[in-house]
Formats: sequence, structure tokens, C-alpha cells
Amino acid sequence: MSQAADLKAMKTIRPKTAKKTILMLLSYTALSFLAFLMVMPFIIMIATALKPENELFSNPGALLGSKLAWENFTYAWNYIPFGRFFINSIFVSLTVTILEVLTSSLAAYAFARLRFPGRDLLFYLYLGTLMIPAQVTIVPQFILMNQFGWVDTYQALILPAAFTAFGTFLLRQFFLTIPFELEESARIDGCSRFGTYFRIILPLSKPALATLGVFAFVTQWNSFFWPLVITSSDEMKVLSVGLKMFQGIYGTEWHLMMAASAIVIIPSVIVFGVLQRYLVEGIQLTGMGGR
Amino acid sequence: MGSLPETENREVPQREVKTKFNSGVRKQKFNREALSGYLFLAPNILGFLAFTALPVVVSFILSFYNWEMLIPPMFAGLDNFKNLFFNDPLFLLVIKNTLYYVGVYVPFNIVVAMILALWLCTLTKGVAIYRTLFFLPVLAPTVAAAFIWKFMFEPKVGFVNTFLGWFGVSGPNWLGDPDFAMLAIIIMSVWKMVGYNMVIFIAGIQSIPASLYEAAKIDGANSWDRFIHITLPMISPALFFGVVMTVITSFQVFDQAYIMTGGGPANATNTIVMYIYENGFQYFKMGYASSIAWVLFGVIFAVTMVQMKVQKKWVNYD
Repeated sequence: MSQAADLKAMKTIRPKTAKKTILMLLSYTALSFLAFLMVMPFIIMIATALKPENELFSNPGALLGSKLAWENFTYAWNYIPFGRFFINSIFVSLTVTILEVLTSSLAAYAFARLRFPGRDLLFYLYLGTLMIPAQVTIVPQFILMNQFGWVDTYQALILPAAFTAFGTFLLRQFFLTIPFELEESARIDGCSRFGTYFRIILPLSKPALATLGVFAFVTQWNSFFWPLVITSSDEMKVLSVGLKMFQGIYGTEWHLMMAASAIVIIPSVIVFGVLQRYLVEGIQLTGMGGR
Repeated sequence: MGSLPETENREVPQREVKTKFNSGVRKQKFNREALSGYLFLAPNILGFLAFTALPVVVSFILSFYNWEMLIPPMFAGLDNFKNLFFNDPLFLLVIKNTLYYVGVYVPFNIVVAMILALWLCTLTKGVAIYRTLFFLPVLAPTVAAAFIWKFMFEPKVGFVNTFLGWFGVSGPNWLGDPDFAMLAIIIMSVWKMVGYNMVIFIAGIQSIPASLYEAAKIDGANSWDRFIHITLPMISPALFFGVVMTVITSFQVFDQAYIMTGGGPANATNTIVMYIYENGFQYFKMGYASSIAWVLFGVIFAVTMVQMKVQKKWVNYD
């Protein structure tokens, strides 16, 4: 009996919900198609990287070749010193990240919590440089590195990237949201300034520190212009610049170009994909400016 | 967070101490606070002054000099700037190219990002999955992504022309044709960065209180009305931020153009930053390169200031 009643009830409500369901279904289908197009370049990259060389031009429409040519990857990997480039990129990105998070958090604490003459002026100076494009400073930075005899060294790759106004600004905004009372009481208990920074502010700021850390790492990992200018030897090249070498040698051998791209893209996208939450939060945090 | 309850117990002693400072040792406390302020600031500010602030000043000075690295610098007054605007047709072309890039790329990026964000926010399930898929290109290193797109735009076997071929359209030689090369770079750039703005807009949309929409529905507003009168004003700060930042970064386009076309064909994709690179690090004209960088800054600054002025008319901050 209840089934019949249900059916009757459904018939009266149905038209509206049915229309909604169909619309939703259409929406998901169209969006999935768009998402597929978005991912298409990655699929093409992997498929082409696995095509045997002689099939590239014979049947361009086919996504996959007659067999999976894994040897393209070994060939690409061995042709340029990818191992070295990976190590350089990891080392440089990690060092920049540690330096940036450490020094930015100290400076942000001073800007957010301490009163001293010139504080606001210095802060505006920091903010002002955010608007100046990196290319304005690149020529003098190069000259400076040249004066120090640091061209083509790790210092030159790391130092100019490690002290950013952006990191200080981001953390200052976050520190301002932590209630003053928390550290006041610790101060009264005899905790030093550094103690309150280290034991109270830092532990409470883990999400913001993680966000800045991930941001700094990704930015550094993907950076191209400065490493291009400042490095020349294979020993010092990072991944992005090393990959550029490949183009000079194999500019039209697409299967090898795609294998090389895949070697760079796949680990980056997997690692950054895992850390995506922090990136998204960072974009939203700075994007909203505390709003 | 564990220390939260503790602090509440300490309210009383805290007040006592405050009055003590007010009455006697205030000056000493202030000095010590200032000292620790400078100490906290020191590691960052020393690096910042050396590697950012000082180079900004030097670059400004250099822009008034002729310096070709091997010969000593010579004061040139405003000559670099005069030459840029009156004797360097390539510079004017480079500006035109960059303006074309910005003018097409920014609206394209913003509109697509907004549509995607609005669309994703209507979904009941799977928002995170779609967001990740559209965000994926943001995570790919630009050089590698540019490699892929160079192949995608390959005239004979590239995916873009193969795809167009299915619909009977024979596509151009994208990167080899001065009329299409910049467009190709714009398409690649939108693909690469649209997820970034989408994420900003999604956050803006999700922070709108649902009660506003419910009230509007009761008043009989249709979905278009709700978009125009609720969504758009409510996310205007996020939209404004997205536009400003996208304009600033797009004026600095370099990586993808450098990899995909190297500025060609016939300088059709040569941009301001690429021109800085060529002058500074291929011809070693350090002074001239600095002048170009300051023109770039001037353009970005002017455009940003105009946007700041105009925002009062359309951005809604309450």
C-alpha cells in the first residue's frame, strides 16, 4: 500500500526533480568534457613519450603507437644530466624554502608584535617592492653576483630568492590574527621575546608556515628566468634550465621532448598535488588580503 | 592551543605588570623592545636590502647610464629613454606585442576562470576533484608545459590541428605564423593559469552567505538576477584582486614565449621582458636593459593606479 502511495506522491513531484536531475547530469557531462580537455595535453605528453620514433609522423591521429617505447625515457634521462638537475633543484628549492620561512617568520614577528622606530616605514618599503617586477632588479643582482665572483654558484641561485617581502607580508597578516593575550601571559611568566616567538607564535602558525613553505618551494622549483641568467655549467643548472638544453639538441624529436617533459612534470604534479591544499589556502589567504 | 585556558587565569597579574611599566621603567622597556625588534628583523632585512632594495636603487641609477659591461659606465641622462621611444622601433613593437598579450589574455583568463568557478559552485558533489583537474596545469613547471604546447601546436602532427581537422578545418602553422603565434601563446597561458584565478573566485563565491540567496528567491529573483545583484557585488573584491594580479603578472610574460617561439617569427612574440633579457644578457647593455625594466614598471604602475581609481565605482567592500 505504501508503495502505491509513494508512487503517486512521486508522480506529482517528479517533473521538477527530473528536470533538475537531467540538468545536473548535463552539467556534469559538459564539465567532465572540459576537464578532459584541460588534462589532454598531459595525456598527449605521456602517449607521445611512449611512441616509437618512426610512428610519430606516420599516424599522428592515433594516441598510442604499436608498442610502448619505454626506451624513450631511458634515452632522454641519459642524454642530459637529469639526475644532477634534480638534485640541484631539490637542494636549491629546499634551502630557499627554509631560509625564507625562517627569516620571514622572524621579521613578521617584529612587524606584527614589536614597536620600534621606523617600523611602519620599513613595512611600507617591503610592501612597495612587491609592485616592482623582478626584471627591474635582475640586472643589478647579476652585477652584484658578478662582483662577488658568485656567477654560476649555489649562493647566486639561492640568496636573491630567499628574502622575500611576500613571505614576510603573508606571515605578518597571519600573526596579527593570533590574540595578544596568549603571549602577554607567557612574557609575565618570564618567557623571552624569542621564547614567545618560538613556543607560542610558531606552533600556532603551523598552517600559515606550511602554506608559505609550499609556496616558496613551488615558486623556486618552477623558476626559470633567474637560473637561466645566473647559471652556465651543467653542474649548477636546475631542472627548468636543464630542460631547455634538451630543446637545443632534440627540438623536433617530439617523442624524446615529451619523455623529458614527463620526467619533469610527473613528479612535480604528484608532489604538488599532494600539497595542493596549502597552495589553495595560500592563494585564498593572500588573495583575500585577510578579508 | 593547549595554552589557551591557562591565559585566562593570568589576567590579573598581567594588569599589575602593565601599570608597573607605565610608572617607571617604561623607557628602558621601550628600548629593549626596539632592540629585539631590530634583531628579529635583521636576518630578513639584511638579505632584503642587499638583494632587493639595493638592486632597485642601482637599477634606477643604471637606467640613466650607458653601460656595456666591458667599457666603464657613462652618464647618459635621459638618452636611454629617448632612444627607446624615438630610435628603437623594435621596442615599440615589443610594447605593442605585450599590450596585445595582456589585452587578450587577461579578459580571456578572467572570464573562463569566473565561469568555471560559478559552475563548480553549483555542483553538489565532486567539487574538489574538478577543482584539482582544472588546477593541475598551475602545478606543472612552465618550461615543460611549454614543451608540450609546442608539440600541440606543431602544424602537421600536433593535437590542435589534428583536432581542427576532425571538423574539416585546416589549422594554421601556429607558432610559425606571425598572425597566430601570439594567440597560440595566449591559449597556452590561459590553460596554464586559469586554475589560479578560479581558486580565488571559488573562495569568494563560497564565502557569500546562503541567506542572501534564499531571501532573493523568496522575492522572486531568477538566477540571472541573483548573479547580477548578489554574486557579482559580493565577489567584486576577489574579482578586483584577480584582475589586478593577472594584469601585473601578464605584463611580465617571458618563460612560455621564450621556449615556444624565442620571440619569433619576425619578433611577433617578442615581449618587454624578453627584450630586457636580450639587451641585458645577450648584448650586455646593462643600462639600456635597466631603462626598459623601468618603463615596464611605469606601465604596470600606471595601469594598477588606474584600476585602483576605477575600482571605487564597481568594487563593493562591506
